[in-house]
Amino acid sequence: MTQLPSTFFGWVGFILEKYGPLFLNGVGVTLIVAITGTVAGFVLGLLVAILRTIPTASKDPWYKRLPIKALSVLLGIYIEVFRGTPMIVQAMVIYYGGMQIGLRLPVLGAAILIVSINTGAYMAEIIRGGIISVDKGQKEAAHAIGMTHWQSMIYVVLPQAVRNIMPSIGNEFVVNIKDSSVLNVISVNELFFMSKSAAGTYLRYFEVFFITACIYLALTFTVTRLLRLLEHKMDGSTNYTIYGSQSSSEASIKLPREGGVPLD
Amino acid sequence: MTDTSSLSPILSVEHLKKSFGTHEVLKDISFDVQQGDVVSIIGSSGSGKSTLLRCINFLEQPTDGVIRFHGKNAETEWSRAQYHARVGMVFQSFNLFGNMSVLKNCMAGQMRVLNRSRKEAEEKAMLYLEKVGMAPYRDARPAQLSGGQKQRVAIARALAMDPEVLLFDEPTSALDPEMVGEVLSVMRELAASGLTMLVVTHEMAFARDVSRRVIFMDAGVIAEDGVPEEIFTNPKQPRTREFLKRVLGE
Repeated sequence: MTQLPSTFFGWVGFILEKYGPLFLNGVGVTLIVAITGTVAGFVLGLLVAILRTIPTASKDPWYKRLPIKALSVLLGIYIEVFRGTPMIVQAMVIYYGGMQIGLRLPVLGAAILIVSINTGAYMAEIIRGGIISVDKGQKEAAHAIGMTHWQSMIYVVLPQAVRNIMPSIGNEFVVNIKDSSVLNVISVNELFFMSKSAAGTYLRYFEVFFITACIYLALTFTVTRLLRLLEHKMDGSTNYTIYGSQSSSEASIKLPREGGVPLD
Repeated sequence: MTDTSSLSPILSVEHLKKSFGTHEVLKDISFDVQQGDVVSIIGSSGSGKSTLLRCINFLEQPTDGVIRFHGKNAETEWSRAQYHARVGMVFQSFNLFGNMSVLKNCMAGQMRVLNRSRKEAEEKAMLYLEKVGMAPYRDARPAQLSGGQKQRVAIARALAMDPEVLLFDEPTSALDPEMVGEVLSVMRELAASGLTMLVVTHEMAFARDVSRRVIFMDAGVIAEDGVPEEIFTNPKQPRTREFLKRVLGE
């Protein structure tokens, strides 16, 4: 038997060497679940939010109003249920419930499904908030030049709504990286699950989870910075050119723009 | 009243009524607008001027009555897109699309509603941006512009759709005094070019000097309708006299 380390950092080094690939594997699964879950949840939330903002006029016939009303009620229930119960419980209910009715989901598939519908419920409300945040006048202006409800949503309202909620989307992403750890209850081999296995062998819980904490922090920190960069990209250039100055047509003046995102 | 029965009007409002809940804002409004008319709609706040304009453009659903454009029912015989392309609107709060550059603001409607090609839309947009003196700012975002500049872009955006009628809803009310002039001068040029304009305004100088017809609204009805000289120098109704006395400060 090899000599076991005696210091804290000795253990950390030892564990990293021995279980490095295991941690990497866990990071990979955590990222797959968090990224696909957030993206799919965003798309789901977008659909729900758009469906819930379909305008109905009171003079529309009942067969037009009724399906929209019914859909809106169902989507409302979806949001309430998935925001109102813990994801760890949702995981158990969906995974084992599925099994009981003969639907044997692959573990990774179940994980992504659970994170997606959970995130979708939150995103629906975040996106609804984003839509409300876009000045109503712009929608009216879009209608006044003949755009339909859908066109005004796609070309005018949603691009601005999504820009406005980028910080909240970032929050959801970070939450998903961390909270995917609860999926260890259905044996998804994500980072937390892998850490637990690693810690079990030598019973070095502190050292192992110290490493795990550092990895989670590195992941969330990187994701936050990347999203900040994306926000900057969405804002476009902070300068604009004024064409055709009077003295020379080549001349252009750069003016700074107000606002923007802190790049730190 | 101007006698318009012999000509076929470009736009007619027939028995228009609008209520918000139990509050009746417009009470049976009827009038015709001829091709090339420049009509100022004046009146105190709450008299229903803006609501009238918004009903004509269906931003508010009229409670009752018919809007006719070229004699055809705007709601049932015109497609919403076609009607809106031909009857444009300029808002008090500009309402430029915040996610688009000045140029894109003027191209979006042309491309999405009129299905014009990118090239055609850009040429047309530049033509009108040139006309309102905003061509140099084509790459700027609305948030980077002053109020007067925004309103001139909004006018270019409306013009780029080649409208036959342009509705102005208090276009200078949100502007600093020194910016009112730049917008009014653009509107003056448009009026001279023969565009049919319906202008809800508090600018009495514009109503008197530029428009060819003035409608005075009071408490949801048209109280007086006539040529500016008549309304401003010899108003028939006591309430018109009272209003003018108040706003002109005489």
